[in-house]
Amino acid sequence: MSIDTATAAKVAKLARIKVEDDDLPALAQEFNAILGFIEQLNELDVDDVAPMTSVEPMRLKRREDVVTDGNQPDKVLANAPDAREGFFAVPKVVE
Amino acid sequence: MSDLSKLTIAEARDALRKGDTSSVELTEACLAAIDGADVLGAFVHKTPEIALDRARAADARIKSGDAPAMCGIPIGIKDLFCTEGVASQAASKILEGFRPQYESTVSGRLKDAGAVMLGKLNMDEFAMGSSNETSVYGNAVNPWRADDSTEALTPGGSSGGSASAVAADLCLAATGTDTGGSIRQPAAFTGIVGLKPTYGRCSRWGIVAFASSLDQAGPMTKTVRDAAIMGQAMMGHDPKDSTSADRAVPDFEAMLTGDIRGKVIGIPTEYRMDGMPPEIAALWERGAEMLQDAGAELRQISLPHTKYALPAYYVIAPAEASSNLARYDGVRFGYRAKLEQGDGITEMYEKTRADGFGAEVKRRVMVGTYVLSAGFYDAYYNRARKVRALIKRDFDVVFAEGVDAILTPATPSAAFQLGQEFDDPVQMYLNDVFTVTVNLAGLPGISVPAGLDAKGLPLGLQLIGRPWEEGDLLNTAYAMETAAGFVAKPEKWW
Repeated sequence: MSIDTATAAKVAKLARIKVEDDDLPALAQEFNAILGFIEQLNELDVDDVAPMTSVEPMRLKRREDVVTDGNQPDKVLANAPDAREGFFAVPKVVE
Repeated sequence: MSDLSKLTIAEARDALRKGDTSSVELTEACLAAIDGADVLGAFVHKTPEIALDRARAADARIKSGDAPAMCGIPIGIKDLFCTEGVASQAASKILEGFRPQYESTVSGRLKDAGAVMLGKLNMDEFAMGSSNETSVYGNAVNPWRADDSTEALTPGGSSGGSASAVAADLCLAATGTDTGGSIRQPAAFTGIVGLKPTYGRCSRWGIVAFASSLDQAGPMTKTVRDAAIMGQAMMGHDPKDSTSADRAVPDFEAMLTGDIRGKVIGIPTEYRMDGMPPEIAALWERGAEMLQDAGAELRQISLPHTKYALPAYYVIAPAEASSNLARYDGVRFGYRAKLEQGDGITEMYEKTRADGFGAEVKRRVMVGTYVLSAGFYDAYYNRARKVRALIKRDFDVVFAEGVDAILTPATPSAAFQLGQEFDDPVQMYLNDVFTVTVNLAGLPGISVPAGLDAKGLPLGLQLIGRPWEEGDLLNTAYAMETAAGFVAKPEKWW
């Protein structure tokens, strides 16, 4: 598997990380090194193995379907880069 | 009085109870040590006022006769733990200015037990790294130096600040987190004890997530006894973390008898890697002899899928990281990039994440995005999870055959120089070759300092235990610690 710059650009886009065009070849090369390392996994026959989901076969705990907290908009907004009138503010989303 | 910061938790606890010292005195000694050690880059957010407030409260509590073991003990907290009202930024620019409105469960448990927080400790950005060089604060430095050398060495990563602070006696102990070896590798590089508990033992709530199925918090301490004391205070069920185990936490310290007669210690053939430095091989052998001399039975065992652990890890960890780190988008907390006229929300996300994340974090997020993307999910992510099941099965088999603990080296070398250029990122990943299987299988593991290399740098051995049997594991580690008699300390140059 070899990653070209177009694939690197697509992955950057999907990850919502801006990568300048000049940096794409180096990025693609790093991906190739890492994916080349990962390729070793293909040496194993895993057809009859179930993928591991948790360390111990235990069901996730469930809690009562009740409200445990809430009513703390000030705390929720305390760290926002831009908050106004009780909301997070972001650049215009629709034209 | 300046020697107070050199005490172990157990020694300080006993002195506090006897009234030989006070938490305020201990705390002041640590704060002075911290202020004199800025060159180590260990503490990145100091909280002296909080520390002294808590120390005074602890002294009052001890006087009233209510003194849990951690009460009045000054510790450092890794920057990955959210601490209420105190900067917590996972060593990343993207969390610049973030002051959580809540306390992580683990740091909260320590606080409730009376422990004194001295400040936040350096680490690799989002716990991604093995040398503490991906930190936005700049790297932490190992207090150890090779004989006749002034070269700066790495304290390891990602809990590099924690390791450096404990080894340099800036605090009595520190919290760490371990996703692929991030407690055990830095502990080995700095000559201290690092315990990664069974996955699910410590709540992950309020700890900035890296790879949720692997992350686990644990204590980094000067002795095995201290790991037992502090570990016990950190562990326990938390309804806020659905993966936290609802199991009783035993009295680990009471289990430290040092008696390991009849225990079966597995020596895994597959950990004898090609090109293993002779010093590491010799240390490993010596560790095995010590355990045998203490009455344990050695048994050669096979963990056939060991070689696939690192490649599986470098699929699973980035995949989970790409998902966990999606929340850093400049909307709800932390850093937001400056926008140009006409930039919309997509540009805000892309610029914020490009400026806010460091190179290694970006690389892993993008690798994770790739292995989870349509068409590759089965080939990479699902395959890696199947391999993970095989790795876990290897351990299940040997434990079922009666093995009580497994002995391996902790790291492939002693601490290396800071600023070493690695040609490709995989080189750095190899640092975790002995530790990462333990995270994949969710087992408890502990790194114990066991000797010095030819240049006078500490080396550690790792013991891997059965799930949920940290008490037994700690006791075996205690026997090894006693036999190794490791007492060396770094010579003070800072």
